[in-house]
Amino acid sequence: MLDFLKAPILALQDFTILTGQALGNLFRKPHYADDVANQMDMIGVGSLPIVLLVGTFSGAVMALQMSKALAQYGATGQVGQIVSITLVRELGPVLTALLVAGRVASGIASELGSMKVTEQIDAMRALGTDPIQKLVTPRMIACAFVLPLLTIISDFVGLIGGWLTAAVMMNLTTSTQYWNTAYRALGYVDIAHGLVKPFLFSFLISLVGCFQGMRTTGGTQGVGLATTQAVVVASVWVFVIDVLVTRIFISF
Amino acid sequence: MNSGLQPILRFDQVTVEFDEGPVVDRVSFTVMPGECRVILGVAGSGKTVLLKAALGLARTTSGHIFLFGEDITTYTEQQMFEIRARVGMLFQEGALFDSQTVEENVAYPLLSRLSRPTQTQITGIEGRVLESLKFVELGHTIEKFPSELSGGMRRRVGIARATVTEPKLVLYDSPTAGLDPITANTIMALVAKERDVRNTATVIVTHRAQDGQLMADFRYSPESGHLVPDDHSGSGHKTIFMVMRDGRMVFEGSLSELESSTDPYVRKFVRR
Repeated sequence: MLDFLKAPILALQDFTILTGQALGNLFRKPHYADDVANQMDMIGVGSLPIVLLVGTFSGAVMALQMSKALAQYGATGQVGQIVSITLVRELGPVLTALLVAGRVASGIASELGSMKVTEQIDAMRALGTDPIQKLVTPRMIACAFVLPLLTIISDFVGLIGGWLTAAVMMNLTTSTQYWNTAYRALGYVDIAHGLVKPFLFSFLISLVGCFQGMRTTGGTQGVGLATTQAVVVASVWVFVIDVLVTRIFISF
Repeated sequence: MNSGLQPILRFDQVTVEFDEGPVVDRVSFTVMPGECRVILGVAGSGKTVLLKAALGLARTTSGHIFLFGEDITTYTEQQMFEIRARVGMLFQEGALFDSQTVEENVAYPLLSRLSRPTQTQITGIEGRVLESLKFVELGHTIEKFPSELSGGMRRRVGIARATVTEPKLVLYDSPTAGLDPITANTIMALVAKERDVRNTATVIVTHRAQDGQLMADFRYSPESGHLVPDDHSGSGHKTIFMVMRDGRMVFEGSLSELESSTDPYVRKFVRR
């Protein structure tokens, strides 16, 4: 009767085992520093253009949307505060995570999936290398480092986008007032809030990508399926974790 | 014969089950040093899984596998890495790492054992890699990526990678699958050369009867540099045939016994 639950529970179990092994490998030799650096370059530097672009526009559109609402109360001077709070606490981390999930989780899943179906993962094991140590752990470390950094960059260019709209193009406020309110609005809790999220999302994105890739079966069609699954699962869980973390931080 | 020697690989009532049922079903056999074993069977008869089980890449449900005398069925994945390094394996399509050059691929098994190789070690490894690539007559491809090579060349690089550590046992998973007959013969000649020059125990999984026959009837002659018919007079290799069907071993014996078999399934693998 409950057979339909078997597959998801087994998948969760396998995912937990993979996560445990990937984390355990942090304390076990050998460490593949070159692979970590490579992945940081691919995940971090590679995602930079899209993060810059989307970050700027999200800040700009926030300022636009707020301009109307704030004008009703004659409070357009507060636009900097609203943009900064929303970006740092919520939009920055989530949008960046979604972009990276789309770009990186899919990339990891298709790369590892192709390696799986062409027996390269088996070959790695046969040649005496632990594929989790060599492939999963470096991606996890790299993602955990670069996603918070990408989020900080995204937040910053978002604020610039908001400033361009509010102060330069629409003259809702002065530049000084914009940056002043934006800066004053942020407390340490907001910053922590905005950095804990991407740190947690990073594990989710890299590990879901690796997990879907490593369990790929069924040739090239399977690789396509794994890639799609990785993006869908990672994106959905980004929102779930987002709600949980927000719930915890909102009590402070 | 060979009674005083320890078997290199021994299967004892080995069963491997997947979700859909047993893929390898109570199979027992022994591979002695220097022996050549040809495993024949149609697609899906459990040949590849059998080979993967020998390296612990597929987990057994019951039975025992002894590799170099050690019961690997009780080993954890971490313990397996050490013993696997003593065996060479050629995967079906070569399974070369796409992101690495031919040189890096062949050097991989040597480098993966060293945490921080010194310059002297690296020079030594470069020499061995080149030697191994020359053995498969691909010394000129060292800088290339696997995607730039033909199917047959990729298979040859795979052989170079599997044998660069000079293992005592080499496993070949369908070395000729998907190749034209001429390239297939080149590959089989290399397999025989590896067996005869380095005196390795060899297990070959294939569905082509002629591959097995070539292994049984020919030997590599270092004088001429070619395969020559083996008159079985000297200390030539003992080639044993094994036929798999639906996970079961349905035949085990020499080429002449295979040829005289009356079983219609087994006869499919006899070259007429």
